[in-house]
Amino acid sequence: MSVVVDTAVSSDAAVVTLADLAPRRSWRNTKSSLMSALMGLAFLIVFVPIVTLVFTVVSKGAGIVFADFPAWFTDRIPVRGREVGPGMGPAIIGTLLITFTASVLAIPLGILGAVYLNEYGKASRWAQIVRFMSSVMTGVPSIVMGLFVYVVFTLRFGLSGFGGALALACLMLPVVIRSTEEMLRLVPDHLREASYALGTSKSRTIATVVLPAAFPGIVSGCLLAIARAAGETAPLFFTIGIVTETNPNVFSGPNTALPAQIYSNAFTIFDGAKERAWGAALTLIAITFFFTVTARVVTARIQKKR
Amino acid sequence: MAIEHPTSQIGSLVSPFPHSKEDHVDADISVDVTSAPASVDGQAPAATVFELQGLEVHYGPFRAVRDVDMHIRKNEITAFIGPSGCGKTTVLRCLNRMNDVIPTARVGGRVLYHGIDLYGPEVSATELRRRVGMVFQRPNPFPKSIYDNVAFGPKVNGVRSKSDLDDIVEKSLRGAALWDEVKTRLKSSALGMSGGQQQRLCIARAIAVEPEVILMDEPCSALDPIATARIEDLMQEMKDTYTLIIVTHNMQQAARVSDRTAFFTTEVNPESDRRTGTLVEFARTRKIFSNPADERTEQYVTGRFG
Repeated sequence: MSVVVDTAVSSDAAVVTLADLAPRRSWRNTKSSLMSALMGLAFLIVFVPIVTLVFTVVSKGAGIVFADFPAWFTDRIPVRGREVGPGMGPAIIGTLLITFTASVLAIPLGILGAVYLNEYGKASRWAQIVRFMSSVMTGVPSIVMGLFVYVVFTLRFGLSGFGGALALACLMLPVVIRSTEEMLRLVPDHLREASYALGTSKSRTIATVVLPAAFPGIVSGCLLAIARAAGETAPLFFTIGIVTETNPNVFSGPNTALPAQIYSNAFTIFDGAKERAWGAALTLIAITFFFTVTARVVTARIQKKR
Repeated sequence: MAIEHPTSQIGSLVSPFPHSKEDHVDADISVDVTSAPASVDGQAPAATVFELQGLEVHYGPFRAVRDVDMHIRKNEITAFIGPSGCGKTTVLRCLNRMNDVIPTARVGGRVLYHGIDLYGPEVSATELRRRVGMVFQRPNPFPKSIYDNVAFGPKVNGVRSKSDLDDIVEKSLRGAALWDEVKTRLKSSALGMSGGQQQRLCIARAIAVEPEVILMDEPCSALDPIATARIEDLMQEMKDTYTLIIVTHNMQQAARVSDRTAFFTTEVNPESDRRTGTLVEFARTRKIFSNPADERTEQYVTGRFG
């Protein structure tokens, strides 16, 4: 069989020249460069406040945090504002305890709620109602949530860390539900089908296939909720009060937390107290940052193992 | 019910169901115009695993498939062929009640598995799917290690001992002709394998629960010809142990691997323009491809339509 050679294109006139392949000065290219520049600018705009914030907090707060080192983390908070020097131990312990208690309340409930919404309820009427209520809850201002807990809990049982945890849990719950539901929705149906096809029940499939597949995303969502709750000030004023001594019992007696201390110390005229407010701000940022990074490392390791 | 693992297949399979004796052996005596009698080639008639009687499937108000009658026999490969939208996959998914997952799907007629009506009130879809496994069009390994993928089904079925699991994993991977390729990296992610390996892993995962039947929904359509050939070889080996039902768009594949072929087609209602799939002809593969009884079958297998 003969091979037909296409001679219609003569070889003396080059069909494609280098000039044809050179980049063109078109509006499309200009637009592309323009947009890249805009994106760079947007990055800078976001970056500048973050850097300034971290710089300011570190420069103003580091001094007191590291003055006679462990004192900041262990000493009680000075009662009088004009006293100079460290001591934020009770607030650090209070923040950790209250945020932990709030997480224990909100995260399991929120994840179970999201499992119901995405795996069982779906588009049913009841699920729609729950979903709607949850988005309404997202929009409730935190101070209103604090007032709510004050009315239904604190008035009856008195000021306690648990009241604060309840208020924070109410704030965290819709965030956990919303983000977990999004993550569950991203789990492809073919994984569920693969599990069903092996004779696995629905509940077992959710526990062994769906939740593990969504795990990293769920962790991120919960972290967001925790970080938000750890920084809340308003709802704590009604519910935990403010003390200067460590109260390790979340369930009884007034307590204190870092955001509350930042607020009360910053609004004094005394330099000692103001410095402590900066120190508390630095501590709060550091705690949130530490937990975020830890969780990222853990989830990255889990994902790597897959 | 008791979980037998590892068992020697089929003997125990009917036991959990209340009424199972009749209907096995002499299914061929019943008059069934759509399926060729097994005695055509002078071979002993194989036992019927599935008997479909006037099967029809609705999705909401829309009838997707109607009037499917056939006997599917033990230790044979049955192929479903036909143009897109003719209901092959829908019928296949009735055999392990995978359509239950789709909320609007409704099944009419009867699907008998060893004489038991699969859509009867006492049949659990979960128990059924342990006996009737499935391999899907796209390889869908879990985002877990190779080992955990295969061990998933046995674990769900209550196998706890590590050494038993090790044995099942090795046996299943050998059964899917994958052992030699992966034995040194059982703990690495299943998602790092090639498409063909992933599909064989899915077959290994399916056989790890020791089903009687394996449904395959276009198992090679996402694979290249070499991987396809490996899976086709594997199917021939698996035939001695399992009953295989395969949906395929590839007529050569049906001709190569199957013992019997069912040809489905789409009928368009001229008034409503609705399409409904139906079974045209079900016979020995040789007959379907050389001397089909129906004109539409002949047109399809010779490439004149569809």
